Amino acid sequence: MAKSYVSTTINGESAEYLCEPQQTLLDVLRDVVGLTGSKEGCASGDCGACSVLLDGTLVCSCLVLGVEAEGKSILTVEGVAQGDKLHPVQQKFLEHAALQCGFCTPGLIVASKALLDSNPNPTETEIRYWLAGNLCRCTGYDKIVRAVQDAGAVMRGETV
Amino acid sequence: MNYIDSNLKVVGTRPIRPDGVDKVTGRAIYAADTRASGMLWGKILRSPHAHARIVSIDTSKAEKLAGVRAVVTSADFPNIASEEAFVGEGPMNFRDLSANIMARGKALYEGHAVAAVAATTQAIAEDALALIDVKYEVLPHVIDVDEAMADNAPVLHDDMFTSGVTPKPAKASNIAKVVTFKKGDVEAGFKTAEVIVEGTYTTKPVHQAYIEPHACLATYGSDGQITIHSSSQGHFMVRAYTAKLLGMDIANIRCTPAEIGGGFGGKTLVYLEPVAVALSRKTGKSVKMQMTREEVFRGSGPTSGASMDVKIGAKKDGTIVAVNQILKFQAGAFAGSPIGPGCMCGLALYDIEHINVVGYDVVSNRPKVAAYRAPGAPITSFAIESALDELADKLGMDPLTLREKNAARNGSKTHYGVTHSNIGFEQVLAAVKTHPHWKTPVKTGQARGLACGFWFNIGGESSANVHINEDGSVSAATGSPDVGGSRASMGMMVAEVLGISVDKVRTTVADTASIGFTFLTGGSRVTFATGMAVTQAAEKVVDELKKRAAMIWEIQADAVEWRDGKAFPAGSNAGAFEPLDLAAIALKAGRTGGPINAEVSVNAQGAGAGFGAHICDVSVDKETGAVTIERYTAIQDVGKAIHPSYVEGQIQGGAVQGIGWALNEEYIYNDKGQMENPGFLDYRCPVASDIPMIEAVLVEVPNPRHPFGARGVGEVPIVPPMAAIGNAIRRATGVSMPHLPMSPPTILAALSAAGK
Repeated sequence: MAKSYVSTTINGESAEYLCEPQQTLLDVLRDVVGLTGSKEGCASGDCGACSVLLDGTLVCSCLVLGVEAEGKSILTVEGVAQGDKLHPVQQKFLEHAALQCGFCTPGLIVASKALLDSNPNPTETEIRYWLAGNLCRCTGYDKIVRAVQDAGAVMRGETV
Repeated sequence: MNYIDSNLKVVGTRPIRPDGVDKVTGRAIYAADTRASGMLWGKILRSPHAHARIVSIDTSKAEKLAGVRAVVTSADFPNIASEEAFVGEGPMNFRDLSANIMARGKALYEGHAVAAVAATTQAIAEDALALIDVKYEVLPHVIDVDEAMADNAPVLHDDMFTSGVTPKPAKASNIAKVVTFKKGDVEAGFKTAEVIVEGTYTTKPVHQAYIEPHACLATYGSDGQITIHSSSQGHFMVRAYTAKLLGMDIANIRCTPAEIGGGFGGKTLVYLEPVAVALSRKTGKSVKMQMTREEVFRGSGPTSGASMDVKIGAKKDGTIVAVNQILKFQAGAFAGSPIGPGCMCGLALYDIEHINVVGYDVVSNRPKVAAYRAPGAPITSFAIESALDELADKLGMDPLTLREKNAARNGSKTHYGVTHSNIGFEQVLAAVKTHPHWKTPVKTGQARGLACGFWFNIGGESSANVHINEDGSVSAATGSPDVGGSRASMGMMVAEVLGISVDKVRTTVADTASIGFTFLTGGSRVTFATGMAVTQAAEKVVDELKKRAAMIWEIQADAVEWRDGKAFPAGSNAGAFEPLDLAAIALKAGRTGGPINAEVSVNAQGAGAGFGAHICDVSVDKETGAVTIERYTAIQDVGKAIHPSYVEGQIQGGAVQGIGWALNEEYIYNDKGQMENPGFLDYRCPVASDIPMIEAVLVEVPNPRHPFGARGVGEVPIVPPMAAIGNAIRRATGVSMPHLPMSPPTILAALSAAGK
C-alpha cells in the first residue's frame, strides 16, 4: 500500500514523515520518527502510556492515525522539558518519587502538564479524575497526585 | 560492619534517583524501545481453544508469504526432560516451561503458544499467523479449581500422579501435589475451643498487570554467540532459562537488562526470549518480539485463584487454640502454584498451639500462573483475616485486641518449623492502636476494616561492584534489575559507607557478562541481599583506600582511618598528614597498585520477615453494590527505610494492587474456556479516581542481619487489603464477603441472598 506523506510539527519543530494509512500516531512516533518516549501499554486507549498533545488536546496516540497529524502540532514527553531545564511536573515527579518503574511516567507527565495548562489550581479530585485515563500499577497514585499538586504550586509561583 | 546504631548521613534521606531524569524525559530505554540493524519482527500464534490436541501444523503457506523469513513450532526446540528448576521465583520444571513457551502435543489453555513467525514487518508477521494451518482436536476443558479436582474432570496431563500422598495414586489427575503442615494436635485443640468460626472463601486469578508488555530483542550469531535485550526481573534468569530451553551453554548468552516497566513477579520467567532466539537462529537476523496487551492477559501468568476452607477455635478470652485450613490453588496449565507459601503465610502471624494446613496444587486450562507479589500470601490471608474478623465479632472483642492477644513474637514457633526472631509484628499492632485513623470514630455511613499480613522475605545470591574512578567519583554496579528505585538505595548505601555525598555515586544495573551472578529481583530481596553485597564491596574499597593512603604517606595501613570520605592519620603517632580524599587517592592509584575496585558476591541469609496491618474505611452503595474506599492507612515494619519515599511507594502501590484484587480484578471465562476480558477496559485495575491517598506508616524494627537493618518491603503491602476491605464491607452491610472480587454484582448478590 502506498505510504502517505505527512507534514506536521513535533515538539516545536517542523517534521515530515511517510506512514502507512493504517499506522497509528504511536507507531509512527516510535517506529518511523524514532521518538520512543511514548509507550505502548495496551494499544486500545485504556492505559494512557502513549499520551501526547495534539494541537494542545490530550490524546492517546494509539487511537490517532499518523496521517491525522497532518498540519497539526504534536507534543510528546520528549518535548516537555525546555532544553536541559525540566518542566515543574517532571521536577516534582522526581522530588516526590512519583515513579517506580517509570513506564507510565511519560504519559502521566504529558497528561499532568495538560491539566495544569488548562487548570492551574486543580483540586485533588480534579487531578484524580483527569489522570483516570493514565494507569499506574506501581505507585498507587498517591505520590503522583502530590507531585501534580506541588508542580501546580510552582507554576503558580507559590513555591519553588 | 553494622551501621544500625550509627549516625547515618545518607541512608534514610530522600535523594532523587539516579535514573530519574531519563524516566521523566522519555529517554529511558525499555525492552520495546530498541532496534537492531536488519532486524525482523516475531509474532506468536496462540491456541483459540482451552484444551485441544494438536493434530498437525502446516506452516507452508505462511512460509511462502513475501517477507516471512521463518516459522518455528515445538519441533524447533529440544524435548526437555522433567527437571526441577531453581532459576525463577517459585516452583518450576524445565520441561513444563518449554511446553509453556511452545505447546507440545496439546494446547492447554486459550492463548497457549503453538507457533511463531519472523517477518520483515509486524504486519506481515501477523498476516503470516493467519496462514498457519493448525488442526486441533478440541478436548473437554476445565477452568474452576474445585471442578478440576472432581473425579470426572478432564485430565490435562496423563502423567500427573498426585505427589505428597501415599500410596501413589493409580490414576492420573489434575492434582499435582498435596502439602501438609501440622503443629500440635488440632483435634485435641478444637476440643478445648469455646468459640468456633468456619468459612469457605474463594479468590479469582488476578494479573500482575504491569503496564509494559513483555518484549525482547535477540540476536543469534553464526558463531553461536547470543545477545538478548529484554525486560525481566532477572537477566541471569533469562540467560539460564534460554540456555536450558534451547540446549545452549550459558556462557554463549549475554543478557542485557532493559529498563523494566513493572513486573510484580510476572517477569520472573520467560515467554518470548527463547522463541526470539530460535527465530534468530533460523533466519540469521536479529528478532524483536513484543506482546500485545491481549497476549499478556491470555498468554502470561496471573496468580492463582483459590478455594479455601477455614475453621478457627478460640477460648472466650480470645486465645486461638486451633486452626484447620484447606487451600486449593489453581496452578494454571502446569504444576507450580504458590501453594507452599499459601500454606505457610496466613498463620505465620499468630502464635497458635494447634494447626493443620493442607494445600492442593491443581492444574486447569488457564495460563500457567506466575509469581505475583508475596505469592500465595494474599490469598491465604484473605481467608484467615476474614475469619478472624468474624471470630472477633463472635467473641465480642475488638479485632485489634484479638490480634494483639495472639500475635507472633520473637520465639514463637510457626507451623512450618521456623521460630520467629527479630520480628516487629507487636510494634506494628502498637502503631495501629495509636494511629489517628484507628482512634478516630468511624464516620456515619461508613465502616472500618482491619487486616494484617506477613511475608518471609528472602535473601540469596547477589553480586555488586564498586569502582573508584580516576577522578575520585564512584561507579557502583549490581546484577539486580531496578523495578522501583533500587539504584537509588544501592547508591545511598555505597555513599554512606564511603562517607561521601550520594551524587558522587552513579549506580547501574550491569549485564550478565559484566557482573557476577545475581538472582532475580523478587521476594523483596534486592535491598536486603544486593544491598548487603554493595555495602561489603564499598567496605572493601574503603580498606583499599586506607592502604593506598598509607602507601602515599609511607605509614602502616592500620594507622589510617576513614571518615567523611577522607583518609586521616589514625592518631598523632601515625604522623601529621593532610587528609586525602577520594580524588587525591585516585590520582595516585597508578603508582600505588592500580585501579581501586571491589566486587563482592554473597549468598545473603537472614532476610527478616515483614509484617503489616492495614486499616480502611469504606462506604457501600447498597443500590449499585459499589464500594468506595474513603480512607486507607498501611502500617508496616520495614526494618530500616533506606530511601523512605520508595519504601512508602512500595507500600502504597502494593495496597492499591490489593484494592484492585479486592474490588474489581478477575479473569472472566466463557463456556468455551476463553477469557472474555483481556484488556484494561474490562479487566479493571484501579485508576486514580478510584483511590484516596494511601497513608504509609513506616515502623522500623531493625533487621540485625542487614548492615543497615533493612528488611524487604515490597510484598507485605499486598497481603492485607482484601480482608481489610472485606471486613469493612461486612461491617457496613452486616453480610459476610467470602468471595473475591467484591465487585458490584458480587455485593448485590450477597445482599440479596441475605435479604438486605
